[in-house]
Amino acid sequence: MTGNHQALALLLFSVFVAITLGITTWVSRSRQGSAEEFYAGGRLFSPMENGFAIAGDYMSAASFLGISGLICLVGYDGLLYSVGFLVAWLVVLFLVAELVRNCGRFTLADVIAARMNERPVRIASGTASVTVSVLYLVAQMVGAGSLVALLLGDTGEAARTGAVIGVGALMVIYVSLGGMRATTWIQIVKAVLLLGGTIVLTVLVLVRFHGDFDRLLRTAAERSGHGAAFLAPGLKYGGDWIARFDFMSLGLALVLGTAGLPHILSRFYTVPTARAARRSVVWSIGLIGGFYLMTIVLGFGAAAIVGPDAVRGSSASGNTAVPLLALDLGGGAGSTGGTVLFAIVAAVAFATILAVVAGITLASSASVAHDLYASLRRKHAAPRSEVTVARIAAVGIGVVAIGLGLLARDLNVAFLVGLAFAVAASANLPVLLYSLFWRGFTTRGAVWAVYGGLVPALVLVALSPVVSGSSQSIFPDVDFQVFPLQNPGLVSIPLGFLAGWLGTVTSAEVADEAKHAETEVRSLTGAGAV
Amino acid sequence: MQSSNGRARGGERGSKSSGDHRQGMGPASVETPGGMRYEDPWYDALASGWGEAGTLDPPVAEVPAARRERTDRAAAAAQVYVEVQSSEAFREVRSRYRRFVIPAVIGFFLWYAAYVVTATAAPGFMARPVWGAVNVALLAGLGQFVSTFLLTWAYSRHARLHRDRAALELRWDTQELTREARGGAA
Repeated sequence: MTGNHQALALLLFSVFVAITLGITTWVSRSRQGSAEEFYAGGRLFSPMENGFAIAGDYMSAASFLGISGLICLVGYDGLLYSVGFLVAWLVVLFLVAELVRNCGRFTLADVIAARMNERPVRIASGTASVTVSVLYLVAQMVGAGSLVALLLGDTGEAARTGAVIGVGALMVIYVSLGGMRATTWIQIVKAVLLLGGTIVLTVLVLVRFHGDFDRLLRTAAERSGHGAAFLAPGLKYGGDWIARFDFMSLGLALVLGTAGLPHILSRFYTVPTARAARRSVVWSIGLIGGFYLMTIVLGFGAAAIVGPDAVRGSSASGNTAVPLLALDLGGGAGSTGGTVLFAIVAAVAFATILAVVAGITLASSASVAHDLYASLRRKHAAPRSEVTVARIAAVGIGVVAIGLGLLARDLNVAFLVGLAFAVAASANLPVLLYSLFWRGFTTRGAVWAVYGGLVPALVLVALSPVVSGSSQSIFPDVDFQVFPLQNPGLVSIPLGFLAGWLGTVTSAEVADEAKHAETEVRSLTGAGAV
Repeated sequence: MQSSNGRARGGERGSKSSGDHRQGMGPASVETPGGMRYEDPWYDALASGWGEAGTLDPPVAEVPAARRERTDRAAAAAQVYVEVQSSEAFREVRSRYRRFVIPAVIGFFLWYAAYVVTATAAPGFMARPVWGAVNVALLAGLGQFVSTFLLTWAYSRHARLHRDRAALELRWDTQELTREARGGAA
């Protein structure tokens, strides 16, 4: 890569950072540090604003770089991500968004703890939320690292580490200074930039093929070397039954995971009513659906124009397909157009990573302060304000995410996100649905549902080929692999539901009818909602 | 901002509401959502006196105010939710919600599962060309996008037309009852 690329991309990125830091300072001045303000941005965003912010939170670098890269490398099998990520929003829209807005205050645990013995449920749910958030953060950090490696070429080892640390530091600044209000505006700015960039690239791809989508597909299939098989399922997940079950596991995790993501759930608290929460989900489904349709075009476009071999040469996991595509679409390496487009895409991807990590960090710091700290604090310890704890927690989470991000840097970003979704679907979704819809659900059931999904999901990942036993593992030299699937969802999600049911039927406690009535009335009408 | 959606409709409270004997809803609906939490039992989660769950029956309008004052206020406020839950108006809202959501969830989940399973178990079928390079798999993937958009539109329309207004009336009624139960709006 030439110096021009780097200079321009860094310039654009610096502009974005400057703007967002400006937003952060502007927003945080003359605001008292109430929890309402810090976690929920005052709850006064409009549905459209929140819809863009949700889309901004959700369309991560994993989607932009990872999915397009996967489609470019393995064709149709990468498309499953796009479909799963979108269909998942129906779960959110139908079962979660309005009810959570009505019942909760700041975190997922608010919804569950209201019906239960508060302390154990908060600790369980807070732990699960933080775990999911950290996994998701790691995916974003890996994305940041591989983007920098591409930008700076082979000299990038130190720079890559520097980028991961820089992204981590910036996100801590946004979150601890600006809270939810600044984070939301950053998401909105980023969503507009990302959609704009994606639209430009998609149009350029289609123009290259004179609007002939059929020819785009044919060319992609030809260049891939797989022929028609490239356009059908099976290249990545087609071999033995283990690979096929992996595919099903991933599919299940994707569609059920979104509704358990803490940073998505906390978005619904930034609007005043359940109706506004619903309308923001409708906005975001429109934006996200359009975006994923375009990633499909970009993925096949990268295969047709750049070619899977060139992409693989740059990044084995395919994360750099879209930047390379942009370079080619602009006129190729060395041309002004190519340089500009490449720099824009790189800067947009950076902005994306930065915004998403800010959103996740905020949600997980809320879990730490509002759920864990509030429940675990020793009675005689000096009481700190919850918001102060949240700000400190943001720093701690940043450090953990940076460390893990450096460790996991060679994994495909979209795959890592699939993992985070599996854990979210196993640990958060069962307990959430049970508390909202099951009259007889008890405290023990809630605690078991969380741990019964969380622990198997994590253990299965630790025993999977992702961690050990194959050349692409995090620890390739040791082998303690027992579980064959890369994604634990197919086993751990049913286990989460099963554990919640088992805990409930075996507990001596009788579910409190009055509290169930309260949850049901509140969730469907919004009575007493904050 | 958006809470104006509440205020705008505050004047249209329908006559089928379970609590329509009370007047003076205006002040209740003008109160900011943020203000509610101070008098809300929801967050005093450890409050005692929730054990009255057995007495499910009394219709909302017939609970004598005098009797309520004698009971523990938090328990009375909790009782309000039990009463509202068993009211006709609430059951109607709930069944409208369920009648749409349950079939819709089953429908899209089966359709998605069928898509994923077919892609893994019958790749030959999915690879069958339909038109040019476009095969069954691509059409099915596109179909998932289309069905998601359609269901989103249908749900949003259903909620707007069949649930929103009734839910809002119930919300104000419940909040008013809770406030009375906890010792009056003052």
